[in-house]
Amino acid sequence: MTGTLEKDPYNIVITGVGGQGNVMASRVLSSMLVRRGFRVTIGETFGMSQRGGSVMSHIRVSSEGVWSPQIPKGRADLVVGLEPIEALRVLADYGNSAVVVLVNIRPTYPVGVITGEAEYPDPETIRRAVTGLSADARFLDSTREAIRLGNSILGNIVMIGAVAGLRILPVDRELFDSVIREGMPADRVEANLRAFDIGVKSVSERGGPAETSGDID
Amino acid sequence: MSWDRSHGEGTEVLLMGNEAIARGALEAGVHVASGYPGTPSSEIIETLARFAEPGRLYVEWSTNEKVAMEVAAAASFAGLRSLCVMKQNGVNVASDFLLHLSGSGTRGGMVLVTCDDPGALSSVNEGESRHFARLLEIPLLEPGDFQEAKEMTRWAFSLSEEIRNVVMVRSVTRMSHASGNVVLGPLPEASGKARFLCDGAVSDPERGPMTSAPVIRKHLLQQEKLGKAAAIFEGSPFNGYSGPERPELLLITSSACRLYSREAVSLLEVEERVGLLNLGTTWPIPPGLLKKRLAAAEKVLIVEEVLPFIEDQVKIFAAGEAREIGIKTFYGKYDGTLPMVGELNPDFVAAAIGRILGVDLPSLPTEYRELLRGLEGILPRREQTFCPGCPHRATFWLIREALQRDGRGGFVCGDIGCYAMASLFPAAGFGTSKTLHAMGSGTGLASGFGKFGPFGMRQPALAVCGDSTFYHAAIPALINAVHQRADMTFLVLDNCGTAMTGFQPHPGIAVNAMGETTPMVDIAGLCRSLGVPVETADPFSLRETGETLNRLMENPGVKVLILQQPCALSPEKKGKKRYLVEVDAVRCLGDACGCNRLCTRIFRCPGLLWNREKKKAEIDEVICAGCGVCAGICPAEAIRCAEGGAS
Repeated sequence: MTGTLEKDPYNIVITGVGGQGNVMASRVLSSMLVRRGFRVTIGETFGMSQRGGSVMSHIRVSSEGVWSPQIPKGRADLVVGLEPIEALRVLADYGNSAVVVLVNIRPTYPVGVITGEAEYPDPETIRRAVTGLSADARFLDSTREAIRLGNSILGNIVMIGAVAGLRILPVDRELFDSVIREGMPADRVEANLRAFDIGVKSVSERGGPAETSGDID
Repeated sequence: MSWDRSHGEGTEVLLMGNEAIARGALEAGVHVASGYPGTPSSEIIETLARFAEPGRLYVEWSTNEKVAMEVAAAASFAGLRSLCVMKQNGVNVASDFLLHLSGSGTRGGMVLVTCDDPGALSSVNEGESRHFARLLEIPLLEPGDFQEAKEMTRWAFSLSEEIRNVVMVRSVTRMSHASGNVVLGPLPEASGKARFLCDGAVSDPERGPMTSAPVIRKHLLQQEKLGKAAAIFEGSPFNGYSGPERPELLLITSSACRLYSREAVSLLEVEERVGLLNLGTTWPIPPGLLKKRLAAAEKVLIVEEVLPFIEDQVKIFAAGEAREIGIKTFYGKYDGTLPMVGELNPDFVAAAIGRILGVDLPSLPTEYRELLRGLEGILPRREQTFCPGCPHRATFWLIREALQRDGRGGFVCGDIGCYAMASLFPAAGFGTSKTLHAMGSGTGLASGFGKFGPFGMRQPALAVCGDSTFYHAAIPALINAVHQRADMTFLVLDNCGTAMTGFQPHPGIAVNAMGETTPMVDIAGLCRSLGVPVETADPFSLRETGETLNRLMENPGVKVLILQQPCALSPEKKGKKRYLVEVDAVRCLGDACGCNRLCTRIFRCPGLLWNREKKKAEIDEVICAGCGVCAGICPAEAIRCAEGGAS
């Protein structure tokens, strides 16, 4: 095993909306951790999820064994939200005062909001709620960064880069490179590496957690 | 991230539970694998199909689960090792054959894998396949982690060959669709020789004909096989105990619940007080092991999903052994310690143990809970709906319009597939779809409704079924309706594949699971052979197809309307737009129109936006799939389509 965990098991939730590459993100991050020698359990809910529903992956990282594919309530250590209200939904069930949260601020509106029947909370409310419910909250527009790279689906990899940039988990670019090369056609590797780098930069450029907590751009 | 033959013995990889099961079958040298797609089971056959090779491994998506089981049994009879895979309700479909197969016995190792769905995460039932093992008197194995999913599947073939009967391996969504570390074993260089030896006497298990008769003799033999399995299970490494020798509370569990139980004990820090008996062999539960553990504890909690299957066995056993092991206090489903419906999780189990032992889980600080209360009511629900560009939205819209014009209170009998959403969420089906049961049942129900005219029933009955469902189970019901002269309009929603579970091929597609070119069975031709009117139409042509539907509904007897339009997510369509769709901001009168926002509020395609400032409709170019159907619904003709939308 190379690297250590802050906690064992270390509990990660990656959440978003069907089609955002949630499952892919959880697989990539977990494969990196398996290569570091950890035992990883991923619990996923998909099936109907590609039809616009919420998607959630629970990742348990441990040096000793297999843990439940469902994280106990209130026990997330890191929440990666590919969509803002999905991040809040996860905090409502799995949040606690020590949790670290990464949020892509770009909303994907539910049908009820599109049709004008329901309200989507404004960015300020979301920012305040996420910040209040976490020890360290980082906000980034990974969708915008991914579109700049030519494909909005790369937003999930920007977020994985951001996870690496936080330096909570023993994962880095070299490891990402080897995992992504194995799972992907060669012509797409470069764009994924660039997305990863943007993610790393977006959380490390602005210094320590205290300064960036609650920062929204 | 995926694995292939190059990943040799000893490699540790991250595998989905279903991949681990497939790997276990490969390590056992499986020759034939068959199944019917169904969440959460589909990835097993999909994984095996990647390894198909003539003379070494044959893989097929069968028309339904019963046929799949018959194909797998034929392999066993011919001396090959076979795997048959399905979701929980598939076992119901296959159960008639399985009843007889368990009586006739098998030859080459035959394993049935069923993936149940506690909590109905992607099902319209939470039926349990475990009860079939008891009902049909065959052994049952339940893996409790990913490594075990592989090892257990591999071993199940040997067990099947040892007892000469089919062995059932039961997974659940939280195993099948979860992933974890698995150390790979060697892949044998096996090639199979198939020959059905059948020239012996009826009583000859090696060379005789395969049948469940003479029934009483074969039934007795079947029970002896089960007894042999129970004896083998006594020493099985798939059953384990951890905890103190005389625990205050004995917890008996299996499958994913084993992981929840371990977590719960750890959360409560009661490792010194609770003993965990993990069962991998859950039918029959080996009596020696059970007796030893029951004798050492006074309180017993059984943790399982969904119905009390293990609990029943344990209580019956304990009643018989009470004189020796003493009277126990049982906790489980019957006393309400754990819920009798839905899936479990670590919190349910921790709460149950906590109540029995008088231990509390630490809860979140009051201040944090206050903040959480602030979230109540501000997070809009994310309703499930048909994808942008989905043919089903157009279909149910034109059905809605046709039923309104018809005016006799007609309704749709729904079926299983993405279009089940029309029944599950009334807004998705525009309130037309009123029943939802098993595959093909919409057709059978409509066949029944179509006979009640003499009882005064005037409502026209419509049945819908997808292309894969048509082959799976609708054909017998359709033939029934024709033969009985039922009044029914039968709509086949042909979107060119088993879309919901990931585009697995079916008999209407000219390719099979292994990618070989195969003959197509034509739905229209098959229906025409029944001597009833058959029309084919495009659901995207709302007006024309709607009128066709009205015309058909007016006639008595069975009428067939095949609606052809590929799924919006199909490889040939995904990412391509037929039209560039726009809202003419001048023509769209918004709230002043009187249409009451028909496009966004009723039609509800995610590609249509309501602009709150302008109070008018707009197209979300990123989400719009360019099908152009919404142009046909706007009363002001404000939605316009230009040919050749960008891809």
